[in-house]
Amino acid sequence: MPTHLHTLKAALLLALAGFSSASLAQAQDDEEEDFGPDISGKLVLTGGGSQLEGSAGGGLTPWAVIGGQGTRDQIGASAFYTRVDTGDYHLDDFGVLIGINDRVEFSLAEMRFNTENVGALLGLGQGVTFKQQVFGVKIRFAGEAVLDSDRAMPQISVGLQHKRNNQSGVLAFIGAESDQGTDFYVSATKLFLSQSFLITGTVRLTRANQIGILGFGGDKNDSYQPQFEASAAWLLNRKLAVGAEYRSKPDNLGIAREDDWWDVFVAWAPSKNLSLTVAYADLGNIVIRDNQRGVYASMQVGF
Amino acid sequence: MKIIASRFILLSAFSLSVALSSFAQAQDSAAAARDAGKNSSAAMNPAPADTALRPVLEDFRGEAGLKSLMDEFMRGLLADKRTQPFFENADQDMVKKHLTEQFCVILGGDCQYTGRDMRASHAQMGVTRTDFNALVEVLQVVMAKRGIPFRSQNKLLAKLAPMHRDIETR
Repeated sequence: MPTHLHTLKAALLLALAGFSSASLAQAQDDEEEDFGPDISGKLVLTGGGSQLEGSAGGGLTPWAVIGGQGTRDQIGASAFYTRVDTGDYHLDDFGVLIGINDRVEFSLAEMRFNTENVGALLGLGQGVTFKQQVFGVKIRFAGEAVLDSDRAMPQISVGLQHKRNNQSGVLAFIGAESDQGTDFYVSATKLFLSQSFLITGTVRLTRANQIGILGFGGDKNDSYQPQFEASAAWLLNRKLAVGAEYRSKPDNLGIAREDDWWDVFVAWAPSKNLSLTVAYADLGNIVIRDNQRGVYASMQVGF
Repeated sequence: MKIIASRFILLSAFSLSVALSSFAQAQDSAAAARDAGKNSSAAMNPAPADTALRPVLEDFRGEAGLKSLMDEFMRGLLADKRTQPFFENADQDMVKKHLTEQFCVILGGDCQYTGRDMRASHAQMGVTRTDFNALVEVLQVVMAKRGIPFRSQNKLLAKLAPMHRDIETR
């Protein structure tokens, strides 16, 4: 679709614009601008993984951290591939992000939700796939999640995720109001270092059905509603964490009930350039099929 | 119509994000300036004693354990390209002595810290967040190598990490 290409181009342009403005801000702040030859100055795992929509975070929810391994003196970037198998469906999900001066994060992701046999049952065709592209921006607004262990103040970021779905015909048929939408969120992340515990809470304003895979708005509800997401990770050592996540979702469509999502995960970063996450995820009901549970696996590379 | 609307949302969201970003940056600089102002009159306590951490000191095998930890830590700092420039020309024995005292006091030991505060001792070093994190990493690796439990490592690091505000000058 040409419009999608245009979106991607526009997104890249915006990313470039943001990059130059951030560099400008840096140049004005410091007497000497010096990114240095070194990269990846963040402590391992503190750049987060990649969540479904491509922002740095856990698997389901964004964290307030800026993605990539760059500190405030550096640029970081990462790419990810995630696969979720729930029994009746599977999701392939991949994307890239850039983190600038630990301040701004731009991300692009594409989700491919494969309906397998359900597609045929619904008369859409065997294995019909819903594709969704997501462009995300996140800005660290206040606080320092990792080092300010003497303060209660968490790191707080605000962000948006603009989503476009390629199945406008099907979406209209099932009662979705739109094939595109923008989520807005505020995220707070705090590392309780003495307890080796990392906690994130996110409030998201959204109209998305099944995070956008089934479009935006519906016959039951078409307005923005606040949703709550949380992620908790217990650090076992410098490179290994286990945790759980929860994400509430609206229920806008008359044709199918929509459930909240949760998962339990293990995240392992053998190096700063690679992290692997495996989770058991419960995605509840997704169109005529209950109990969509299964394995979530994600790989992230970056610097 | 929809496309125009979405472009509009995207554009306004982006303008908003740039504005927020600049605002956040300004706020950060202001906070840093506040910290600096506060610290010029009174730097943070470089060795805030916490007697509740005595069991952690046991995990570090007491003052003797800290002393031998510092030998290994200094070797690590000199072996790492990122931290080497800060220590190769320093009085390494003095640094190790002060670090031993500092860690010992923080962990509730019967020691006396005889060094300067963190602001004064790092004023001329030009330490960045990247440098700071590099040192933390070397310390983490050395602590792990010595078999110090991860939770005890973090209890010490939780006391040291906030000192980034006095140590970083860039």
